[in-house]
Amino acid sequence: MSVSMQAATAPKIGARHVSKHYPTADGTMVALEDFSLEVADGEFVCIVGPSGCGKSTFLRMVAGLESISLGSIDIQPGREPGRPLNSVVFQEYAIFPWKTLIENVAFGLQMRGVGRKERLDRARYWLDRVGLGKFADYYPHQISGGMKQRVSIIRALANDPEVLLMDEPLGALDAQTRVVIQEELLRIWEETRKTVLYITHSLDEAVLLGDRVILMSAQPGRHLATFRIELPRPRTIAMTNSPRFAEYRAQIWEKLSAEVTRAMEARP
Amino acid sequence: MTVVSADNAAAAGSAGAMPRSPIARGERRAILLLAGAMVALNLALAAAGLWGDFAWPAIGLSFVLLVLLCERIGRLVPVKHKGAYERTLALGFPLVVLVLWELAADSGFINPNWFPPPSKIGVALWDLSTRYDRFSGTTLLGRPWLMPEAFSQDGWAGVWKLAAESHVLATVGRVLFGFMLGAIPGVLVGVVMGLNQTVRLMLDTTLSAIYVLPKIAIFPIVMLMFADPFGEAPKILVVGLSVFILMAINTMAAVRGIDNVYLMAGKNYGAKGWSMLRHVILPGAMPVIFSGLRIALGTAMIVIISVEFVRAKQGVGYMTFYYWEVLNPEKMYAGLVVVMVLGVLLTYALQWLQRRLMPWQK
Repeated sequence: MSVSMQAATAPKIGARHVSKHYPTADGTMVALEDFSLEVADGEFVCIVGPSGCGKSTFLRMVAGLESISLGSIDIQPGREPGRPLNSVVFQEYAIFPWKTLIENVAFGLQMRGVGRKERLDRARYWLDRVGLGKFADYYPHQISGGMKQRVSIIRALANDPEVLLMDEPLGALDAQTRVVIQEELLRIWEETRKTVLYITHSLDEAVLLGDRVILMSAQPGRHLATFRIELPRPRTIAMTNSPRFAEYRAQIWEKLSAEVTRAMEARP
Repeated sequence: MTVVSADNAAAAGSAGAMPRSPIARGERRAILLLAGAMVALNLALAAAGLWGDFAWPAIGLSFVLLVLLCERIGRLVPVKHKGAYERTLALGFPLVVLVLWELAADSGFINPNWFPPPSKIGVALWDLSTRYDRFSGTTLLGRPWLMPEAFSQDGWAGVWKLAAESHVLATVGRVLFGFMLGAIPGVLVGVVMGLNQTVRLMLDTTLSAIYVLPKIAIFPIVMLMFADPFGEAPKILVVGLSVFILMAINTMAAVRGIDNVYLMAGKNYGAKGWSMLRHVILPGAMPVIFSGLRIALGTAMIVIISVEFVRAKQGVGYMTFYYWEVLNPEKMYAGLVVVMVLGVLLTYALQWLQRRLMPWQK
């Protein structure tokens, strides 16, 4: 009873006063300073900021891949035991070149000890869902960048984590492929309603995908502003042409451009 | 619209024959000129009786002319015959060298006692393969043609008795045992060094120091470590040691070269300990490990042949050195040929293994 109460009230991701310091030869470098963020269950939150603002570092800290210097980060476990807390979609795809697509997608399940038949069935289900079913036994070097990133995304989804952490997942793709995968992401998210923390440097992408857009300042990374995006769901690419979309983008850009200029002047 | 297509048709028609022939004619003239220059140069020198004095410049210049000649020919070869042309070049040149060597030795231009013609080396190789050496009780290949009979008489013991007298099997056995003995622990230590900075700092300098040490120089010490210093164990161990050092250093570099994002992905998706090693680190390091294995194979051959030169009663290295000592250069060269053939075959075996273990590589 009290557990379910707590689950209902506590945020899915709770980051409180998080800082990241790196010791360097010329003293301590502060990558992230006093950053707090709460993400509700089923919320899609995008973090935008100039390069080097520590947004990727923050995501890796949430994923447990990077140590936290100060503060704390919690992910609320779900009611089903055995489900992983988080799965990361990396910018550089990071699907293993030595595994076939289906082995890559089934990797998280395999590591959790799911039986061979079940994990391959589930991997095949996700491959079919993004139209890669007939490439199941291909190796990554045989497919295009856009297909690789699809595999990377469904590897995370097949793992069925409590929260999905995406680190500029479309950053390395060309503009057309980006749009196609953005649409696919919208469709899949509508169906799964996962809690997502999404790092991007594209304002369009942030406004299109997110329920909230968090703007971070340049180094050291701090919370600068939060924008609630109240575009109706389900969303489509066509919405990027609507006046409300443009309004949101202009609002965020106004704040961000000042920050980008400041960052460029600070680091010649 | 029609004008354009007519132009295209004209262009396509002429592209077939018209513009190519003057270029091809130019190429043919150049080829004849180059071939003529090469022959004329050598004949002129020979006629003047100066070829012997200017042999090296003449050979160098002829080689340059030959390269230019072959490049011209290559431009005339149609695309569909490119593969055949490349194979001809790759196999033809060594063949030309052998033929020239044969001619030079026959004509007495080089001393056939020290540089016997390839045909004589071939005869010596045939001789070695077919004859049983009563003095040392050895053969090159172990007389495989006697094996079926030996098997029907004494079973496997008979076959083993024949195989045990083979130089080739002795050398290959030492190389393979030593290779395994060195490569497996070498890879494991290399992985630990790649992952753990403390171990790396502690071992790196020592391994680098031992790496540059010629292994034949420590062979006497290795011999003393065994009850039977003249047996197989020290020979195998010294091969294993050289392979071990090389593979430890190589695997360390391979593991450190794995893109960090794969390690992060492995960790994030729940791999740890053995599963991390099996699914992420070993396959990620495999391409570099295999290029290391290939170098290690060469090193193993060098070490075993030199050890057999110094201290062995059997083996291809022993045989080669023995025929040098008894002044039979044909058979010494035959021994060198066997070493080269073994090197090529073992490399092929390694490449086969690589294709089996790394199906993801193009």
